[in-house]
Amino acid sequence: MNPAIGYTALISVSAITALIGFYGLRISRTTSDFYVASRTVPPWWNASAIGGEYLSAASFLGIAGLIMISGIDALWFPIGYTAGYLMLLFFVAAPLRRSGAYTIPDFAEARLESTAARHVTSVLVVVVGWFYIVPQLHGAALTIRTTTGLPAWVGAGAVVVIVCLTVITGGMRSITFVQAFQFWLKLTALAVPAVFILLQLHGGPTGSGAVPAGTDFFPAAAPAGAAGTYGTLSLMVALLFGTLGLPHVLVRFYTNPDGAAARRTTLIVLGLLSLFYLFPTIYGVVGRVFLPGLAAHGAPDATVLLLPGRLIGGLGGEILSTLVVAGAFAAFLSTTSGLVVSLAGVISQDLLGGSVRGFRIAAVAAAVVPLGVALGTDSLALAGSVGLVFAFTASTVCPLLLLGIWWRGLTDAGAVAGMLAGGVLCGASMLVGAQLAPDSPWRGILTQPAAWTVPVAFATMVAVSLATAGRQSPGVARFMSKLHVPERPHAAPGRAR
Amino acid sequence: MPPAALSDSTLVLTITIAVVVAAVAVVAAAGLRLSRSHRELGTDAERATFRTLHSAAAAGAQLRNGLEPAGALKASRQLRALLNCAAFAMTDGTRLLAWDGSGAASKEPDPEAVMGLAARALGNGRTQVAVLDSALRVSLGLPEEGSGLKAAVICPLNVDSRVVGTVIILSTQPSAGLVRATNEVAGWVSAQLELAELSASRTLLVESEVRALRAQISPHFIYNSLNAIASFINTDPQRARDLVVEFADFTRYSFRRHGDFTTLAEELRCIDRYLLLESARFGDRLQISLQIAPEVLSTVIPFLSLQPLVENAVRHGLEAREGPGLVQLSARDLGAYTQVTIEDDGVGMDPEELRNILAGQRDGTHVGLRNVDARLRQVYGDDHGLAIDTGVGQGMLITMTVPKNQPGHDA
Repeated sequence: MNPAIGYTALISVSAITALIGFYGLRISRTTSDFYVASRTVPPWWNASAIGGEYLSAASFLGIAGLIMISGIDALWFPIGYTAGYLMLLFFVAAPLRRSGAYTIPDFAEARLESTAARHVTSVLVVVVGWFYIVPQLHGAALTIRTTTGLPAWVGAGAVVVIVCLTVITGGMRSITFVQAFQFWLKLTALAVPAVFILLQLHGGPTGSGAVPAGTDFFPAAAPAGAAGTYGTLSLMVALLFGTLGLPHVLVRFYTNPDGAAARRTTLIVLGLLSLFYLFPTIYGVVGRVFLPGLAAHGAPDATVLLLPGRLIGGLGGEILSTLVVAGAFAAFLSTTSGLVVSLAGVISQDLLGGSVRGFRIAAVAAAVVPLGVALGTDSLALAGSVGLVFAFTASTVCPLLLLGIWWRGLTDAGAVAGMLAGGVLCGASMLVGAQLAPDSPWRGILTQPAAWTVPVAFATMVAVSLATAGRQSPGVARFMSKLHVPERPHAAPGRAR
Repeated sequence: MPPAALSDSTLVLTITIAVVVAAVAVVAAAGLRLSRSHRELGTDAERATFRTLHSAAAAGAQLRNGLEPAGALKASRQLRALLNCAAFAMTDGTRLLAWDGSGAASKEPDPEAVMGLAARALGNGRTQVAVLDSALRVSLGLPEEGSGLKAAVICPLNVDSRVVGTVIILSTQPSAGLVRATNEVAGWVSAQLELAELSASRTLLVESEVRALRAQISPHFIYNSLNAIASFINTDPQRARDLVVEFADFTRYSFRRHGDFTTLAEELRCIDRYLLLESARFGDRLQISLQIAPEVLSTVIPFLSLQPLVENAVRHGLEAREGPGLVQLSARDLGAYTQVTIEDDGVGMDPEELRNILAGQRDGTHVGLRNVDARLRQVYGDDHGLAIDTGVGQGMLITMTVPKNQPGHDA
């Protein structure tokens, strides 16, 4: 591939992101526009921002890559990634918005009135965030290597440097606008080439890539359903429950003025994600036919990057490739910066006393640690490694949120015990499972542990809470009513008279 | 989906190594701290002093909210250890607040009987020693094996020479020394209660200042607004009507009774109305620029903490001089904090004079500025007072930084 494509895409995405970040709010307003400024962001815009932050390398590159490897099974990933928002909509969005907590540790402290519970939650959130950033950096490394031929560390390093610079210089001043823009960039970057690819397959003018007659997209010889019922079930549990505890998703809900708007936003997110996931699926399916060697060569995640150039030659192909690469970088940058901002908030508040300078130091720490991990490891399936992070989140933070919101009996001791039990079991089983021989019957159960670690975490939390019922926080009734009673009606604008 | 898991084994390995390293670090840090605290303790006398002071400090923290049962109980535990007596109790003027005892005295007795014991000390404000004879023991509900308990010492708690409560101890070995020590403890508790009362009256002062501020939202401003509206009644009746409605909404917000906190969005709405009214008066002379990050609109801030600052900026930026004045308002997201700045390009102020105003040494026109500063310091701590950059003729830049997460405050 022409190296210029990679450079153009990276530089233009970074420049546009920085410009929107810096100047998005530099528009002077006079009094007559005051209402526009003081009114909150409309739900669809907010939903775009959530989508922008949520759609990571795993969604942009990883799903097509997994379809290349494991066929139809991989379609469970987009289903799970989207359906997680259904859980968020039903159980978490509105109460959490009303709680007034900005981060998950804030929520734990406010609900349980315990600093110990707060610290445990903070550690878990930071671990989750770090290991969520790692696949983003792997994706960046892969993209740079595929498009420019530079060594892999350049890609990961570039993403970390760009994110650190924008966060530290306050470039994320209008982060909602940046993230909303990134969502539409990602969608365009996948949708436009996909449309051209489909046109081409329908007997386009150049004829270089018409589908050979009688092609079977999922040939029976390569059975596509190898993961089994348990694996699928476990994956769905991980993805459904894992979405609830993602640190960077939660923060975006605070831009909603009230609980009802938070629900509306979540509903729109569901629609936007469903639309988005059509396209990686198209890339994966088409890629199985036209890039058959990629899965074997060990870089199936590059399918999305290579397909437009492979099918549509010439200048058109290069322009479309640039668009796709730009979209990929938008995915790495937006998810990484969202995570770095929320991790920096948690780290600076718990370790560095919460000053502005502490926030900057924490931002660097939040980005550099995963960079080290990413450079030291080599992950081949982005969607898979993100799936592991979801399983870990589902076994730790998710029970805290669900029980904290819906069960007044939760105590600090119960929450800490449940989170530790879930975290230790989930981490240990992933670790042990990865060392087992591929044909061991335990391997499937241990490498996809969510189906049993999530219930264990919930059960531990409930049991220990019941045993320590005397430790219930004194303000639980007040906090619960704050979570579940709709906001005062006259707080809404325009209804005052 | 085996290929994904296989390829992630290195990643997972790194995760474990990281977790193990973190766990070892935590254990090591805890061990180091423990061993160091043992090494540094020094001689027996030093240790005793430390223990005494530590108990006193811990009890003092519990008494910061005055005489209330939960704090009194925790303080009683510390103080009983300090005096090494069988039971330690605290009462206010009318009821038993806390009882902490060991052995025979561990069961909380009938509150009426304890109050009977405290009645004389409450009445005459002097320390009483009561011998625990069998009648008294029965009325207190002490069990038979409690016969080792010889006497009760009852010391009054005085705040501003009023008796507000008592401290009661039961002891197996009453001595003059113990009575003196109990007296000292009661005196120390009284001092803590006086501190609590002081901080309560400081809160009251700030509250009454807020009330004054609301009432004061300037007769001045009301007069000017009504005049400005009057000038539109003939020329532009619709605008006059709108302004009256704005004026009504503004006063409704400022006079609202409930709640000490509000959201940034609501406060900005109030400022919007205020500025509409002011611009009806000043016309094109008043220029306003706004940069508000939508992420911070739901931040909780003290009620009426921004509007006085904007009013101050308008007054400084426009009233005292000729020509147009620019007021800039911005709200930024700083991670865990929200930063609001208000800037005007008006006449400014001598920093020394401003310092005197904020220290409360000069009253008069700037009650709003001082009140906002005092409330911010009271609610969020001294680091969160107003930061003001100004000089004569240099305009004024006011920066306010509040934490985004405030679980205890409902808007």
